[in-house]
Amino acid sequence: MAEWVEACAVDDVDEEDVIRFDHGGRTFAIYRSPDDEFFATDGFCTHEKAHLAEGLVMDDIIECPKHNGRFNYKTGQAKGAPVCVNLKTYPVKIEAGKVMIEIG
Amino acid sequence: MAKKRDYSLVGEGTRRAIETGLASAEWYHTDVSRKTMKELMQRSDGPAIRDTLIWIVLILGSAAGIIWFWGTWWVVPFLLVYGVLYGSSSDSRWHECSHGTAFRTRWMNDVVYHIASFMLMRNPVQWRWSHARHHTDTIIVGRDAEIAVMRPPDLLKAALAFTGILDFRYSLPTLVRQAFGKLSEDEKSYIPEMEQHKAVIAARWHMVVYSATIALAIALKSWIPLVLIGLPRLYGTWHMVLTGLLQHIGLADNVTDHRLNTRTVYMNSISRFIYWNMNYHVEHHMFPMVPYHALPKLHELIKHDLPVPNPSMWHAYREVWPVLLRQLKYEDYYLKRELPPTAKPYRGEFHDLDITAAAAE
Repeated sequence: MAEWVEACAVDDVDEEDVIRFDHGGRTFAIYRSPDDEFFATDGFCTHEKAHLAEGLVMDDIIECPKHNGRFNYKTGQAKGAPVCVNLKTYPVKIEAGKVMIEIG
Repeated sequence: MAKKRDYSLVGEGTRRAIETGLASAEWYHTDVSRKTMKELMQRSDGPAIRDTLIWIVLILGSAAGIIWFWGTWWVVPFLLVYGVLYGSSSDSRWHECSHGTAFRTRWMNDVVYHIASFMLMRNPVQWRWSHARHHTDTIIVGRDAEIAVMRPPDLLKAALAFTGILDFRYSLPTLVRQAFGKLSEDEKSYIPEMEQHKAVIAARWHMVVYSATIALAIALKSWIPLVLIGLPRLYGTWHMVLTGLLQHIGLADNVTDHRLNTRTVYMNSISRFIYWNMNYHVEHHMFPMVPYHALPKLHELIKHDLPVPNPSMWHAYREVWPVLLRQLKYEDYYLKRELPPTAKPYRGEFHDLDITAAAAE
């Protein structure tokens, strides 16, 4: 069943950056876009097990630190080799300065 | 003496690498703060546009020199310059653009990547995947598709690599085979099924251009089209081999610490332009997100944690030559590079490879 969980404080994430969030044995990546919106995806690259939170955010792209595979972190869309499988995304809302994500 | 290592990507070495946890393992990284790493990873079009414009001007200028001075001895220096730009510097452009780090703008990376792949007679789809594997499983036997010198080393083969003959003999038939829709079992092991048809299409495009070049040469009754397209892979490849062999040769295999299996070598500025700073190779493998133009800065930042770089290519080859000779008899022998006192030690299990018997001989 889906539940909203507190991932971090708004200020924990720099603009155009990403942080890691672990919950219930799973790892997520929390993004803050250049236009100050928040997004959440699975924390690992779909190509190989690499933490996306160690990657580089450029506009609406997250680039994996291991093989430079790129995803649109807003939609989860894989943008080409070496990533072919889309990234799972999660709904996000802000409440009282906290970033909440809905985990299914 | 029987060879211990099975370099096939679908063989015994593969099975062992997976069983022992060497495949897709966690690798050692020097500690760098997120803030600093973010700064180092930042992309910019400027340096690569500048370098690419210089590259193109030099290529076109030397090609013009070849055409102009064809049939005289004056053509030789132009062949030398053109050959190295076409047959060697294309490797570093291919490499950096395959990572997508040379330019910030994606299509610029892709355009240079495809041009450089063609110059190298490399299937751009196949090699993108093989290089991803190389970064996942660097010098892991049975997993890494890009081990240049296997053990025991074939020194004749390594020497012939400088002429480009062996690579030419491998690359061209490979492209022909792929153009006919056939991928080898090794290739299928690292190219996902959904991408395999793209590899076939890319090979066909390469064949179209080579066929057109041959047709032009016949129509003009001139060698010049072939000297400019295709043959530089033979006469201009020596610098790529000179610099590229040093990346991993003679160092440890089946370890998960790039400080043990990868080498950084200080080089002159011309070689660094041709090689796009890939002489900082430990740094590149540890942090492949850092663009080539930021590698010197990264090197300064983490060199306290890395083996002391070889001060020159000459020094590196002199250091590794006795190791290669010893590996002819004891293929487990390797060059273990010393860390400075400021570095974090290698993990214990990496020390325990049995090289003592070979060293004692």
